[in-house]
Amino acid sequence: MKYAVSDSLVITKRQLLQLIRVPEVLIFSTIQPVMFVLLFRYVFGGSISTGIPGVDYVQLLMPGIFVQTVAFTLAGTAVGLAEDMQKGLIDRFRSLPISRAAVVFGRTLGDGALNIVVLSVMGLAGFLVGWRPSSGLFNVVLGFVFLLLFGFSMAWVGVLIGLSVKSARVANAAVFIAVFPLTFLSNAFAPTTGMPKALQYFAEWNPVSTMVAGCRELFGLQNIFGVTANSWPSQNPLEMSLIYMVIIMAIFIPLSVRKYINTASK
Amino acid sequence: MRRVKSVIAENLVKTYDKGKVRALNGLSLDVEEGTVLGVLGPNGAGKTTTVRILATLLTPDSGHATVAGIDVIKDPDRVREVIGLSGQYAAVDETLTGWDNLVMFSRLYHLSPSHSKKRAEELLEQFSLTDAAKRPIRTYSGGMRRRLDLAASLIVKPKILFLDEPTTGLDPRGRQEMWGVIEGLVKDGTTLLLTTQYLEEADQLADEIAVIDNGTVIARGTSDELKRQVGGERLEIVAETQDLKKVTAIVEKISGGKVLVEESARRVSAPVSTGSKALIDAARALDDESIHPLDIGLKRPSLDDVFISLTGHAAEDKKEEEVVDPRARKRKKK
Repeated sequence: MKYAVSDSLVITKRQLLQLIRVPEVLIFSTIQPVMFVLLFRYVFGGSISTGIPGVDYVQLLMPGIFVQTVAFTLAGTAVGLAEDMQKGLIDRFRSLPISRAAVVFGRTLGDGALNIVVLSVMGLAGFLVGWRPSSGLFNVVLGFVFLLLFGFSMAWVGVLIGLSVKSARVANAAVFIAVFPLTFLSNAFAPTTGMPKALQYFAEWNPVSTMVAGCRELFGLQNIFGVTANSWPSQNPLEMSLIYMVIIMAIFIPLSVRKYINTASK
Repeated sequence: MRRVKSVIAENLVKTYDKGKVRALNGLSLDVEEGTVLGVLGPNGAGKTTTVRILATLLTPDSGHATVAGIDVIKDPDRVREVIGLSGQYAAVDETLTGWDNLVMFSRLYHLSPSHSKKRAEELLEQFSLTDAAKRPIRTYSGGMRRRLDLAASLIVKPKILFLDEPTTGLDPRGRQEMWGVIEGLVKDGTTLLLTTQYLEEADQLADEIAVIDNGTVIARGTSDELKRQVGGERLEIVAETQDLKKVTAIVEKISGGKVLVEESARRVSAPVSTGSKALIDAARALDDESIHPLDIGLKRPSLDDVFISLTGHAAEDKKEEEVVDPRARKRKKK
């Protein structure tokens, strides 16, 4: 077990090498969120009022798109692992004298690291279209750390999906069905007050909403979206987000590692 | 001299789909240290399942197996330290280069970074892949890919190597190259368990052959022993139709056994026990009668004959393309 960390890092390095050898992956996983920034900024930006004088839509939008993007980390994780399974790479890894958790830890670390690049490019794109966080460098960095942590914990959900489905294509479809509604049934892009009452409650407790609200706070905005009641998650979005991340990891890390160990032993 | 058994499998049973599909049905085999066992059987006979159990990727429902004296079920981690596995489907990262792959796998075998690079270089050289070192695997030919996959399983010079259908899907040239590589390894004393559905391959590479069908070993022995099981040599003469009667008489005299006359093929054959002497006698007798045969020879039974006589069906699946189809693999492995 003394090699657990270095084994994981070798796997992470493999993923980063893949990005160098096939740069298209990185290019496209960056273009998509940037495209979202531009679309939302210019399509909805004009028609959605923030209700706060002096604050335009892009200030509220950026944290929303950041969270949506890192939530989709699990897509890359799930598809990548499903592909490795399909191609027999997981078999090879399993025949090596490496730590049993290394392959999945290395994978989630690698996907987490990819988010650093994606978030940087998105932040820059946001800046170019008028996003100006007003909370000072420390809080902005803290916001990004929060986002990276959220991406890392979502990657663990992706591990379980990737190891459970039969092919990469299924993984991709499954992830979209699960994550897309989650990011839209939230305060990310529009106020939740326009939703039917039941959905408002859902949106309020949705981890995506608490993440978005938390990031808005860290980027210097008043928490004004998504409050349907003076509930605990809407009052304490950062704390609630941390709790969600701990819960997600506490559930999915052991499940994923176990799944990896048992996958081919069926 | 009695040699150590490097691999022992006893009564392995493995079922899929809640017992509905019996992949292994009490399979037992062993491999002596420093020898090559060819596990020969058609698709779905249980070859891949056997290898996956021995390589600790799969747990059997019942039975017992050791590799290098280590129990594969109780102590899989230690087994992984002494084996190399190269599968039917090249399990390397296709997006990375050959060099990247070998360095990565070396690191995963816990070689130091500098040692890993040195080992990668050695292996690329050994497998004639130095020129392709910096190219992504997806640009490799089938044969190159297999060689790289094999190289990756030899990083720490394993005591025991499992090769699951190393040449399936390769063209004849790729197969020849792969055989050359495997023969080289065997010379160096690696214990090898090799599965194949090609009789020719087992004949060429294996010291001993275990024929499996429906999840059990139905025969084993050297290639010669197995051939003998089917029957010895046959004298075979092909001649013009008008000569067939005379030829039959000659063959009858030399053989003393039952003579088979195939009119349409203009072929007369019979079992002989005197080897090349029978051939010479036949040639002399034909010459005395001034008969010029179209073809004359001693025919040894091929492993194909062995397989058909043992199982009642041919070894190579009719649907060859199924083997290359990844969906077929899914079904086989599960």
